[in-house]
Amino acid sequence: MSDDSPDSRAATDGGAPEADSRPMPSEQPGPAERDHPEGRRNLEGIRIDPVLEAEHESRRAVISALVEDEPGVLARVSGLVSRRQFNIESLTVGPTTVDGHSRITMVVEETDPGIDQIEKQMAKLKPVISVGEVAGDAVTSELVLLKVEADDPAAVHAVSEMYDGRTVDAGPETITVELTGDNARIDNAIGAFERFGIVEIARTGPTALARGNTPTAPGEKPGTAGEPTTHDD
Amino acid sequence: MSDTAAQPRDDETEDPPDADESVAAETDGPTDTDGPAAGPVSTGAESVVAALEAAGAETAFGVQGGAIMPVYDALYDSSIRHVTMAHEQGAAHAADAYGVVAGEPGLCLATSGPGATNLVTGIADADMDSDAMLALTGQVPTEFVGNDAFQETDTVGVTRPITKHNYFANGADTVGDTVGEAFELARAGRPGPTLVDLPKDVTQDETDETPGPATPPAGTDPDPNADPDAVEEAARAIEEAERPVCLFGGGVIKADASDAARTFARTYGVPVTTTMPGIGSFPEDDELCLSWAGMHGTGYANMAITHTDCLIAVGTRFDDRLTGGIDTFAPEAEVVHVDIDPAEISKNVYADYPLIGDAGRVLDQLTAAVREAPDAEAWRERCSEWKETYPLTYATPDDEPLKPQFVVEAFDEATADDTIVTTGVGQHQMWASQFWTYSEPRTWVSSHGLGTMGYGVPAAVGARVAADNMGEPDRDVVCFDGDGSFLMTMQELSVAVREDLDVTIAVLNNEYIGMVRQWQDAFYEGRHMASDYTWMPEFDKLAEAFGALGLRVDDYDEVAPAVEEALDYDGPAVIDFHVDPEENVLPMVPSGGANGKFATAEDQL
Repeated sequence: MSDDSPDSRAATDGGAPEADSRPMPSEQPGPAERDHPEGRRNLEGIRIDPVLEAEHESRRAVISALVEDEPGVLARVSGLVSRRQFNIESLTVGPTTVDGHSRITMVVEETDPGIDQIEKQMAKLKPVISVGEVAGDAVTSELVLLKVEADDPAAVHAVSEMYDGRTVDAGPETITVELTGDNARIDNAIGAFERFGIVEIARTGPTALARGNTPTAPGEKPGTAGEPTTHDD
Repeated sequence: MSDTAAQPRDDETEDPPDADESVAAETDGPTDTDGPAAGPVSTGAESVVAALEAAGAETAFGVQGGAIMPVYDALYDSSIRHVTMAHEQGAAHAADAYGVVAGEPGLCLATSGPGATNLVTGIADADMDSDAMLALTGQVPTEFVGNDAFQETDTVGVTRPITKHNYFANGADTVGDTVGEAFELARAGRPGPTLVDLPKDVTQDETDETPGPATPPAGTDPDPNADPDAVEEAARAIEEAERPVCLFGGGVIKADASDAARTFARTYGVPVTTTMPGIGSFPEDDELCLSWAGMHGTGYANMAITHTDCLIAVGTRFDDRLTGGIDTFAPEAEVVHVDIDPAEISKNVYADYPLIGDAGRVLDQLTAAVREAPDAEAWRERCSEWKETYPLTYATPDDEPLKPQFVVEAFDEATADDTIVTTGVGQHQMWASQFWTYSEPRTWVSSHGLGTMGYGVPAAVGARVAADNMGEPDRDVVCFDGDGSFLMTMQELSVAVREDLDVTIAVLNNEYIGMVRQWQDAFYEGRHMASDYTWMPEFDKLAEAFGALGLRVDDYDEVAPAVEEALDYDGPAVIDFHVDPEENVLPMVPSGGANGKFATAEDQL
């Protein structure tokens, strides 16, 4: 920084100090007089070719996390998501068969760097044991309870059968059907039931597990989300 | 927030039936635990204090109050020194600054409700600057929680987003272990504030459970070494660079990596810029040093980070005050990013070479892995030319009032290199960082990320106590403050007087919220809405009323004698410097602008 000594400019006669011989800010070259590099970064801080600039598209991703089931863990996760402005579609939570461990499944709509940030920020929460994006071919399923008007019970029953639904409540005015399946299947089913007049609807949001031996949340150790998987005896 | 005198209801309603017994319980409980880190205890509060002592806490800053009284009572017999502050915000800032200077987590205490909420600004400040700090808050007894009891606040809820982690203590048997874990977590990996909320029944209840040795929670103390393959790749990029520059952030100082940073830069002849929190990581009078970059950083630092082709960034989170507009930040640079927190990698600026680990260890790895210095003679020459072209200067015309920059230089001249500088936030903070030549880590103590006006005076208290604790009573502590900042926390001057703390507070009084005034002139057509502070008290007289030395300076020839008198004075001194109200902080990169287009005159903004 400055290697000048204030003493060298210290006043001796009570007035202002002697003038600094170096250029004053107003005498220094202004922005227009300087060279500026041509390069640019995009909003994610990645260097880009300005001509071929391509922004990341956001995509739907399922994030699964194993967490310690302690008070406030859901508040920590949801607070993180809202504070960092991540676009979240759904969040489900439920216990595992390991005492004190729960699984949180989140569906988000984010760019790749955004998804990376969600995983990294989640991983910093103390109660989060492991977290990661669930592989694209994972089994995902959600449950919906659909209450429709009971004007035509036979037709409701027929549509319900088409989607492997189950009637869980039937009264003179409404019929409630329970359906499970992946996101697209549920959306289709709801579309099919709309003709009867949907009175109320409750969806759980998807939950997911990776296929085969792949751990659902990367880094997840055997036995942390269920009984140990050895069956030697 | 002492409430008990006015509110007898507090104690009448909350004491458990066996309170008398628990208070009267003998302290010679079971001592048969094997190799405990702490001594025997008889209550939750004693367990809290035993855990703090075992963790090495020496000093606490706080304010008494109803719900925290059991802990204070246990402190009565403790080796921990308690410094009573005038306001809980002051306690948090003092603890924060203490931690910065001492390199240990700071410790602050407050009662429930308003005590806890008054800590919030200081906790948020520590969080933004990744400062290790433990806050202990009293809470209403567990059975009242959720009932909107007197002085109840959901402290865990309020502080959740501004702590690394916070805890609600749920029993006397475990509270000591919780406090020990929170203390260790504050300094594990990337440092930050933690908090333990202590319901009064938990601290009053009997227990003979001595806290065990404290460890951070699993997975929070990461591997300090970066992946060796990644280090090799980064080393190749550095060797091939033509225009390399280091950017040392606050993480270098927190990791005590200044020596490693100096070795790396000097071994390979890499010019150095720092961030503002990184001030002191590299000596500013070193030939390689370009000082700090960013909004009010030096022109030469901003030119260097704009034109570099290889930015070696260590322990920085690429704050917007550093980067300016991301689109024009180091736009031609491959970025080597060293950080202990994986979430900082590619958060704001994409890292071509991410190196996750401790700043010192990774810098040592890099120093070892680079085989030959980059061919950067021409680049170093260019950086030197920028230093000549864009020096930090200011004009001192005869017909204008005393310039604030002159005051900063006068103090720098009159003090040793190990002097600790604390500041508030605003123009005075920028001048204190620009016109003082820093050469040692942990000598620049400021509020960076949160930008908390009023940080300076309580920080000076914390810094002074830390230096005294470290056996360095002769180190000077100088607080540069603004008139606006000083007015926010000057009540902590009473603490400095009571504790006889040798601090010198230089108020650069321009009778404005000066940075706002500067922005109003630049961006709001000079409409000085609520920035005019001509209603300030006479700070020299106010200082005298507190029992401190109070001086006033209006002219250049009064500066040196006043500085000398204040520094020589054995106790707190305040100098009210009436400086040029119209002086602006330059250079300046307009918010979101290109660093290379920093303005050197007001009409360029």
